[in-house]
Amino acid sequence: MSEVPTDRVIVDRMANSTPQAIALGFEAISMAEGRAMMRAPWREDLVEVVGSRALASGVITTLMDHCSGMAVAAVEEDRFPTATLDLRIDFLRPAAPGAGVMVEAHCYKSTDTLAFVRATAWDASPDDPIATVQAAFVLNGPQSPRPTL
Amino acid sequence: MIEKIARLQAFLDARPYAQFLGARADARDGNLVLVLPFSPHLIGNTALPALHGGVIGAIMELSALSQLSLDHPRHSPHQTIDVTIEYLRPGRAQTTYVSAHLKKVGRRIANIQVEAWQDSPAQPIAAMRGHFLLGAEG
Repeated sequence: MSEVPTDRVIVDRMANSTPQAIALGFEAISMAEGRAMMRAPWREDLVEVVGSRALASGVITTLMDHCSGMAVAAVEEDRFPTATLDLRIDFLRPAAPGAGVMVEAHCYKSTDTLAFVRATAWDASPDDPIATVQAAFVLNGPQSPRPTL
Repeated sequence: MIEKIARLQAFLDARPYAQFLGARADARDGNLVLVLPFSPHLIGNTALPALHGGVIGAIMELSALSQLSLDHPRHSPHQTIDVTIEYLRPGRAQTTYVSAHLKKVGRRIANIQVEAWQDSPAQPIAAMRGHFLLGAEG
């Protein structure tokens, strides 16, 4: 997997100009050939329950949705997702206390109108995942203007 | 209903992430609802503008867990096993309401369905179904 972003404009747009991504402190790690990696740092105000110190599952849901959209955009420039059709998340275990969360998403199939993505979230190692995602997105057509995400 | 609203509000008050979203408890048409007032930090698409899909998924999961906790209080917290979220309409820059229905609560597993709407419950913006692991009794 390449760690070199191929489209810094899209990376910046997805990580740095989406208000919810900024509010959660998302960091774009890499983006290339249908794959994207993003990280959500641990923050005390984003834990599930007072005293638990584990990042809330909602933060992980949002990171996985966001990173999956970025993986679709990493296939090619005019394949930009307009909407998430559905998102299936399996929560395998809670995030470790005090740990940030990393997500890698892979857009393994896209057509003119649809894109299909799998994603995995982990804290310490991708071999010990926190959650997995299967998602489908609707794409804007090649002729339509690219939306600002 | 006032007592139910207070219990849901207490559930949300104990959750820093729910406070980050700005979620609160209320009732609509005699049903307990989770309310998410619009706030600029919830935006995921600035062009429309639209709420972030992750935010909509997150409040639906919160609604399911809170309804389960209210109806089936346990010694340890309930846990989300899996959720499937269907996005039906863009979540616009306005207040969102969420309501959860416990379809089946067994000894260990609960099946829950959730809907989120803005203008009218007849026009949901998203639907969710999920499996939840019941906390230990004690």
